[in-house]
Amino acid sequence: MTGPPLTPSQTVGPFFAICLPWPDGPQVVPEGSPGAIVITGRVLDGAGEPVPDALIETWQAGPDGTFAHPDDPRTVTRAAGHADAAFRGFGRCPTGADGEYRIVTLRPAPLPCGDGRTQAPHLDVSVFARGLLDRVVTRIYFPDEEEANAADPILLSLSERSRRATLIAAPGTAGEFRFDIRLQGEGETVFFDV
Amino acid sequence: MSTDEPATGEGAVTLRPYQRPRGVHPPADFAPYKSSALRAPSQPLVLLPHRLTEITGPLLGEERVKPADADLTTQHAGEPQGERIIVTGRLLDGDGRPVRRSLVEIWQTNAAGRYLHPVDQHPAPLDPNFTGVGRCITDDEGRYRFVTIKPGSYPWRNHPNAWRPAHIHFSVFGRSFTQRLITQMYFPGDPLQPLDPVFNSVPDTRARQRLVARFDIGLTEPQWALGYSWDIVLRGRDATPFEPDGDDR
Ligand SMILES: [Fe+3]
Repeated sequence: MTGPPLTPSQTVGPFFAICLPWPDGPQVVPEGSPGAIVITGRVLDGAGEPVPDALIETWQAGPDGTFAHPDDPRTVTRAAGHADAAFRGFGRCPTGADGEYRIVTLRPAPLPCGDGRTQAPHLDVSVFARGLLDRVVTRIYFPDEEEANAADPILLSLSERSRRATLIAAPGTAGEFRFDIRLQGEGETVFFDV
Repeated sequence: MSTDEPATGEGAVTLRPYQRPRGVHPPADFAPYKSSALRAPSQPLVLLPHRLTEITGPLLGEERVKPADADLTTQHAGEPQGERIIVTGRLLDGDGRPVRRSLVEIWQTNAAGRYLHPVDQHPAPLDPNFTGVGRCITDDEGRYRFVTIKPGSYPWRNHPNAWRPAHIHFSVFGRSFTQRLITQMYFPGDPLQPLDPVFNSVPDTRARQRLVARFDIGLTEPQWALGYSWDIVLRGRDATPFEPDGDDR
């Protein structure tokens, strides 16, 4: 490594709520947008207790499979940005007293891996909280994408079916999904070395 | 499923992954920091190759920030109590390149060591002229600059007579999901640093010292505010376009 040395992570602490939550943070698209889905869930600790001071951040492709980002090499061959300009790709939501968060977004499209394989539709998720010295990263996959999930290289890399299941949201009523995040212990969510 | 043809089934897409910062960040569980006991994952992390979702990230810019957001001393009718300071530095990546036009968010206590947060019960006074929240966008050299008040130390319940060294919380995005970082900036010469489990959770001594700002008389504005300098360095790109053995592990 020849560049300047990196800055270490520190915990977000219990008081980030004075700064980081935005009024429109949970709305990756405005509430009630055509095709909008809602992802809710709870963040739970190793004792199964809700974590009321966590911050969830999501990042994902749009329904057309694009990222509004110049480093997506496919933007060279297409116009940059999403067809739907109201779609930000990024969501941010603090958990409430019951550990609950809620994100309103659109379903992402599958994505190429770069080697001919395809990734199933997913959201990347960061969890920050008091007690976490660095963020933890997980992914949300969709329960009604069985075929795509069965071919997804990341899900396939998880040998235990029970661990794989922690990355797949539970279906709710129309357009709603539930994704609980268990930081530790029984049913611990798969977290990634990113 | 509404997909666009080019987004799927496309063959070779060259992706340049980012470095993995081994040994820089604190471990998930660090016993002296009590809050980590029930919150740190206990299973080993699963390697996530850097693909499209990871090499891109939210580019949040000007629309989130007003120029006045970078001055925490002028957000109210009156002047806040305390020692006026300037905190400035550059947001860089590990290749030494500036991260331009990128959102920086900060929060901190007032001069007495109290957060404007209902959960903060430290019996130190609130300051009606200080919120302790700032935002700015880095310029074309990656530079950020805040005018604020030197934050105070505050007690917490981690261990008997525990006090946090003075610090400012920083949140930065960089340009990719992998570069996202939330951290804390500390002040030089603070006797509480060697006693603080959050500060000491960073395993490498030199890496830990990189959390401490440098006092810089050159940044000080005479008759007005003391100056501190602190650069934030996010991971850079890997030299090779493909991860050597990153797949399916
Ligand atoms: Fe703090």
